[in-house]
Amino acid sequence: MSILPAGEIRKTLLDDRLQTAIYGSTGRLVGKRRESIDDPVAAEFEAWRTHANAIKRHTIENLDYYLEELERNIVKRGGKVVWCKDAEEAAEFVRRLCREKGVRRIVKSKSMTTEEVELNHEVEKDNIDVVETDLGEYILQLAKEKPYHIVAPALHKTRYDVADIFTKTLGVERETVIEKQTMIARRVLREKFLTADLGITGANFLVAGSGAVVVVENEGNARLSSSAPRIQIAFAGMEKLIPRAQDLAVFLKILGRSATGQPLTVYTSFLSGPRRPGEIDGPEEFYLVLLDNGRTKVLQDPAKRQALYCIRCGACLNHCPVYRKIGGHNYPWVYSGPIGAILSPQFHGVTRDPWLPHASSLCGACGEVCPVKIEIPKILLELRRDIAEAKEREGEDRVQQLAFKAWAFVMTHPKLWSLALTGAPYTMPEAENGWIRSVPGFMKIGPLAGWLSQRDLPAPAPKSFRRLWKERQEGRQ
Amino acid sequence: MSRDLILSSIRSSLGRRAGQPVPARPPVLLKIPEVPLARRIGQFCEALGKLNGKSLVAKNLEEARDYVAGLVQGRRAIASNAPFLGECGITSIPGVETGFTGRMALRERCATYDIGITSASFALAETGTLVMLSSAEEPRLVSLLPPVHIAVVPTSKLLTGLDELLTLLPDPAGHTSGMAFITGPSRTADIEQFLVRGVHGPGEIHVVLV
Repeated sequence: MSILPAGEIRKTLLDDRLQTAIYGSTGRLVGKRRESIDDPVAAEFEAWRTHANAIKRHTIENLDYYLEELERNIVKRGGKVVWCKDAEEAAEFVRRLCREKGVRRIVKSKSMTTEEVELNHEVEKDNIDVVETDLGEYILQLAKEKPYHIVAPALHKTRYDVADIFTKTLGVERETVIEKQTMIARRVLREKFLTADLGITGANFLVAGSGAVVVVENEGNARLSSSAPRIQIAFAGMEKLIPRAQDLAVFLKILGRSATGQPLTVYTSFLSGPRRPGEIDGPEEFYLVLLDNGRTKVLQDPAKRQALYCIRCGACLNHCPVYRKIGGHNYPWVYSGPIGAILSPQFHGVTRDPWLPHASSLCGACGEVCPVKIEIPKILLELRRDIAEAKEREGEDRVQQLAFKAWAFVMTHPKLWSLALTGAPYTMPEAENGWIRSVPGFMKIGPLAGWLSQRDLPAPAPKSFRRLWKERQEGRQ
Repeated sequence: MSRDLILSSIRSSLGRRAGQPVPARPPVLLKIPEVPLARRIGQFCEALGKLNGKSLVAKNLEEARDYVAGLVQGRRAIASNAPFLGECGITSIPGVETGFTGRMALRERCATYDIGITSASFALAETGTLVMLSSAEEPRLVSLLPPVHIAVVPTSKLLTGLDELLTLLPDPAGHTSGMAFITGPSRTADIEQFLVRGVHGPGEIHVVLV
């Protein structure tokens, strides 16, 4: 079992520059979201959320049906569907296709699903040039880092970091003006788009009834990746389905607003198969990779499978007091923040990173802002229970189990409880201003010490409620 | 085969049988407001303006042509094969080339010319959006590669919003392999959330409503 990466987290907490970057960026995104849903045109935002939740629930509960419908329709439009049970299979498919089709260069637009597969690393083994084209992702690729945020991957980088990265990796003169940095990237990447054989995009939605992949973005790199090269692969987790194109009316309205406060992103591409007879441009070949990679495992639990409704807007990250302190790189997998805390344990098993569902104050903000109404706080609690049960099975935490058993015994025996309460004010350590902030030396060992090092306890009241009640009753007589 | 393995594992998790029909889907939520044309035009221009897109309401075809000619002046432009552009006389403006049907020739022009001129299948008033359906008349790259995009659209194509579009076009895949919504100039805020326009797509967009 891994433990809390406390050292790394402390480093993040002590890095003032990083703290300002995370807090500032997420704060601005929170503000933009708020502004966009307060607009009168979004008056029905709550109704949209409820509706989106109902559609996602229906789709996930009947996922096999919609997957088959999607496949039929994609094939009807001349595309191919590739089912992959894990990352290895998905990477192997892309490598094989590249060999067969003589692909030398790949342009990629933003896709968290390919991050799961670590696709770049895999295809680079075959000396294929694979280039991230979303500006943030490109910066991170050059810096050899992972995305910091689902929507704003390079949220933690300043213009000075970018200047260093570009100078070092592209050999350009040091440039700290953001517009000029962006134009450097445009120039370099434009050439890549025009010479790539294969374009890889993600998928925000898969439309079963149309056999289509929907990609939303602001830069135009996903449109270019899906329009310029002769082959296109769309990468999608199998849960991205919605039944009909008409359902997009609600999903596009909530996605843009929740992610960046935009009523609609700059570009929305609705892609269905290769170019048709008569069409002048667009890919000659179209593949959809449907990735399982643990998703069928998540489906097994009826209460927690709603985690698969996620449309990756990032709103729960921006509103999370924990994410806003520890940032994106301290989470163990590609998905960070509250959604990462409920996805990772379900994909990898609860015992791999047992600290994760505990890294939450249970303030409930994530659940309140989730555009598809995933009950994130509830799932966090259920995962905590699963972790405790797993530990019990493995015979871990005997001390904790004994302590709780003793606690339960006392609580279910009123006389003992009463006695314990009477004694509490005398046995408890000294309080300052009503809070117990430290404990006597003999308690500073074992799991208790760790627990108390992060927490203060309210001092027990001088008179217990029972005592007060009793006195009051006696006073009345 | 992974396909069958995945499907059977999904079914066993959900307690479903192969080929089992689905219960009733939640109804589609589409609302089309009654908005008179003049108001729709106002909404479109306002929404696009907020995104730093330019718009012009042209009283007639000549006015549209003159506006475009003013923008093109001294620069090279590629126009799509949309018949409406010909009707406006835009394809005969000096500096405007059109009529490309070969992929490579089209691509080469789009990658090097300053301006791409298109019409649009629809426009959405609420969001200031152009709806582009890829076809022989309207290839994808004209609105994508050149740094400036000009769209000339008859007001008869101006819908209220997304809901009306999806009512008229319940399945876009029946019409094209690629539909794109364009809402303002290409932009990024990936460095310090500082807004920069024209990162990959056009940084400048002009919509002429005729």
